Formats: sequence, C-alpha cells, structure tokens
Amino acid sequence: MNAKSKSRWNIGIEVLMILLALLFLAPFYFLLANSVKSFGEILSNAASWPQEFMWSNYSNAWKLARFGEAFRNSLIVTVISVILISLFSAMAAYRMVRADTKFNKILLLLFVAAMVVPFQTIMIPILKVVNVLGVNNSIPGLLITNLGLSIPMAIFLFHGFIKSVPLEIEEAATVDGCNPITVFFRIVLPLLKPMLMTTIVLNALGIWNDYLLPSLILQAPNLRTIPLATFSFFGQYTKQWDMALPALTIGVAPIVIFYLFMQRYIVEGIAAGSVKG
Amino acid sequence: MRGHKLSQFGQQLFFVGPAVLFFSVVMIIPFLMGMYYSFTDWNGVSGNVSWVGFDNFKNIFTNDPDFWSSFWFTVRFTLLGVVLTNVVGFFLAYLLTKPLKTRNMLRTIFFMPNVIGGLLLGFIWQFIFIKGFATLGETTGWPFFNLPWLGDATTGFWAIIMVFVWQSSGYLMVIYIASLSNVSKEVLEAADIDGASPFQVLRNIVVPLIMPAVTIGLFLAISWSFKMFDLNLSLTKGGPFKSTESVAMNIYNEAFLNNRYGLGTAKALLFFVIVAVITMIQVRVTKSKEVEA
Repeated sequence: MNAKSKSRWNIGIEVLMILLALLFLAPFYFLLANSVKSFGEILSNAASWPQEFMWSNYSNAWKLARFGEAFRNSLIVTVISVILISLFSAMAAYRMVRADTKFNKILLLLFVAAMVVPFQTIMIPILKVVNVLGVNNSIPGLLITNLGLSIPMAIFLFHGFIKSVPLEIEEAATVDGCNPITVFFRIVLPLLKPMLMTTIVLNALGIWNDYLLPSLILQAPNLRTIPLATFSFFGQYTKQWDMALPALTIGVAPIVIFYLFMQRYIVEGIAAGSVKG
Repeated sequence: MRGHKLSQFGQQLFFVGPAVLFFSVVMIIPFLMGMYYSFTDWNGVSGNVSWVGFDNFKNIFTNDPDFWSSFWFTVRFTLLGVVLTNVVGFFLAYLLTKPLKTRNMLRTIFFMPNVIGGLLLGFIWQFIFIKGFATLGETTGWPFFNLPWLGDATTGFWAIIMVFVWQSSGYLMVIYIASLSNVSKEVLEAADIDGASPFQVLRNIVVPLIMPAVTIGLFLAISWSFKMFDLNLSLTKGGPFKSTESVAMNIYNEAFLNNRYGLGTAKALLFFVIVAVITMIQVRVTKSKEVEA
C-alpha cells in the first residue's frame, strides 16, 4: 500500500471510530439530558434536548437519597480499605519473595488458588463469621471483608513485581544499620510505587462500585454506600425518572471524575495486572 | 525491639501476619465452613443445624429446575458474552493502534463505561430500554426500538448482552492495546513489503503473537459473565419469570430469600467447581496456542 492510500484509510477509520464513540456515549447523553427535565417532558420525549432546565431535580434527589452520608461512607470504606490492602499485601509479598521458604511457597499457592473462588461460594458463611466477630452491620465489618477478599490478587501482583527489585540496595541499607522493618518502609516501599498505584486504583474502583458485599453487611440506612443508596432510592422511586436520573448522575459523577484524573494509572494498571495474570 | 536481631519468626509474623489473618478469616474459614454447611439443613437463623448428607446435592440434581434454567442462561450468556466482548475489544484495540489524531480521546471514551459499577449501569440502561428506546421508536419508526426489551425472555437476554458488551469491551481493549503495541514493527513492515494483505497479516502474524492477551481476555470475560449479578439485578431482577436469572442470583435468592442457607452453600460449592474446571480448561487450551516471537 502506498502512503497516500494508507493515510486515506486512516481518515476513514478515524471517522468510523468517532461515530462508534458517539454511540458509546449515547447512554450518558440520555442520562444527563433527562436528569434535568420535568417528569412530563421525560415522558413525552426522552431523546430531545431539555427545553427548560429543572436543576431542582438534583437537590430533591440529593436530599431524599441522603447522598451526603452515602458519599462519606463510600469514601471512608474505599480509602481505608485501599490503604490497608496495599500495605499488607506489599509487606507479605516482600517477605514471601525474600524468604522463599517451603511455608511461603505453599502460602503463595493458596493465595493464587483463592483468586479463582467466586465470591458467591463464600458469601453465605462470611456472614456467619462477621456475626461471630460482632462486626455485622458496621463499617469495620466491611473493611475486614474487603481486606480478606482483595489481598490475594494484590499479593500476586506485588510478588511478581518484587522479584525484579534488586537486592543490592537492601544489603547496603542493612550494612548502614537498617533493620528489616526500616529497610522495607524506607527503601523497598518507595521502589514499589508503580505497583502500588496499580493496586490502589484497581481496588479503589472495585470497592467503590461494589454492591453485593456492602448490601449483605450493612443494613442500617445511615451506613449506606453510594451503590446501596442508589439501589434503595430506585426501589422507592421506580419510574419516577425525574428523581431517579439525577440520583444516578450523582452516583456516577465521582467515579467518572476519578477516572478522568487517574486515567493513566488505571490503564497502566490494567495492562500491568493482565500481563502477570 | 532490636532491629538486626529481629528473628526470622518475628519478621515472618510482622510482614506476612496481617495478610494471612484477614485472608484466613474472610476466605479460608468461610470456604471450609461452606463445605460443612453444604451437607446440612442450616436455615441461617436457628442454632439447630443438622447433618443431611448428600441430600442438598441430590436435590439440586434431581429436583431443582430453576437452578438448571439459571445455569443454562448463564452458559448461553457466557458463550455469547465472551466472544462478543473479546471480538469488539480486539477490533477497538486494533483500530486504535493505528496513527489516528483522536486516538487518546477515543480510548478514554471506550473505556469509560468500565469504571462505573454494574448496578448503576444497569439502572441507566433500564431507563434507556424503557423510555429512550420508546422515543427513538416513535421518531425513527424502526421496529428494533419497539421490541419489549426488558419484558420478554429472548429480548431480555439480548438486552443484558448488549449492556455487558458496552461495559466490558473497553477493558479488554486496554489489554489488547498493551499486547498489540509489543508486536514488532519490523515484522509487520516485512510482511507488508512481501505483499501480504492486511487480513493475512492480522490472521497469520498479529493474532498468533498476541495469544497471551487472548488467554487473559477469555479468562476475564468468562469469570465476569459467570459471576454476573449486579447487572441482572438492576436491569431485570432476573425476570420476566426468572428467565434472565444468573447462577449467582439463584444462589443469592436460595439463601437470602428462601432462607435455605444449607442448600445455597451446596449450590455455591458446585458453582465453584464448575467455574474452576472451565477456567482451567480454557487457560490450558489457549496457553498451548501461544507462540514465541
């Protein structure tokens, strides 16, 4: 193919892809445009641009769904879970690489095997465990379960990454008087930054969006996370689209904004995570 | 604590301890408990749990048409969903590795549905299927938009497939882009000079070289579609008449709506065995097709 016909091809592909992208975005158009319409206008024409912007839809939905509370709960659960998952997994993986004992080999095998277990297989007994520990219907209960469920995958990713971290720097630090704990926190942890970012963004997305586990553990309305608040709001106001659509938009907005800011890390994280998988 | 005298045992406890603790409490112990409960008649409430042997499993195999119809739905959904998401994801990736001006923006857009949870996506689409399609049907007159999208077993199936592909192909696109950008330019140029058509290059050079990504793409899509729950719940609640009920949802309902925790854990254990066997076979088969560059 000569250069000229090649570039013409590329323009054709570009136009095609832009059209496809518009099709991909269409659901968001429906969501946003209708979220500011009056109920009557949604019913009469769901595809048109809003004639009159009913911003009050948003304040109504915000108050009724108690989104302020839900946002705070989601933030607490996501931030604490993600920090502890990353820290504990990095620590465990580090030790398992540096002390390659038989015990640690078996442990790694267990973590890898756990990644195939569907959540549904363990969800029923998990509730029993949570009850016995007395952390049912509480944020700590959700934190503990998030940790247990996400640690295997994170350890697996860190394990692969740490194997490529050179040992010489650590030896030098030990000679300079560092103990194993300070070696890890001062020397190794900063070197793990790329994999830390991967673990952070992937777990943040998963935990923020999770519905099933929080719905099983948190029953009190004031503990609801955003997916739970949206779900119960929908149950109450099914078909009241002028309430439901602004609620959905509010639910979707934080994660889309997070995505647009962290895009690079999310995409790199997925690529890195999949190469090892 | 004297740093350099920290014993090996102390180090093991400090570094690995927290992870093992949470992993045991949340995965190992519940898994073992699940094995026990699947042989009991536990109802989740009373303290009385009695051993019933293989009764739950007998029940599932001989007397539970709902489980098998949800299983059949999940199998059909998985087969179609896995193929479509991977094909769409691959072609988006293939075209987006060409030197396009809007390439980065396009990648951002195609990936976007992925960051939003399945539950919220399902609700957004519920509105589109009910109100949006009705309006489009009136304006365009296309019968496609006037189908009873969420009200019928067949169209309900396709509705969930449509949303699933829209949601998931962007993720697979990212994996395929990462893999495609590792394919050496020289090999492709050499093939071009030798007069290979774009289709021949794709089939005989590109696809064999990115087989590792195919292994992962299939693995991910299989486990997503097998475990699907949120999307069903918010789009159709498994209806109409349980026609779009996934296995995950059937297990959930058995335990938490019918209060048959014992039977639910038995189904969950069976589900685990099926998922494990299928993914192992898939990984083995596609791995054997991987080649070295």
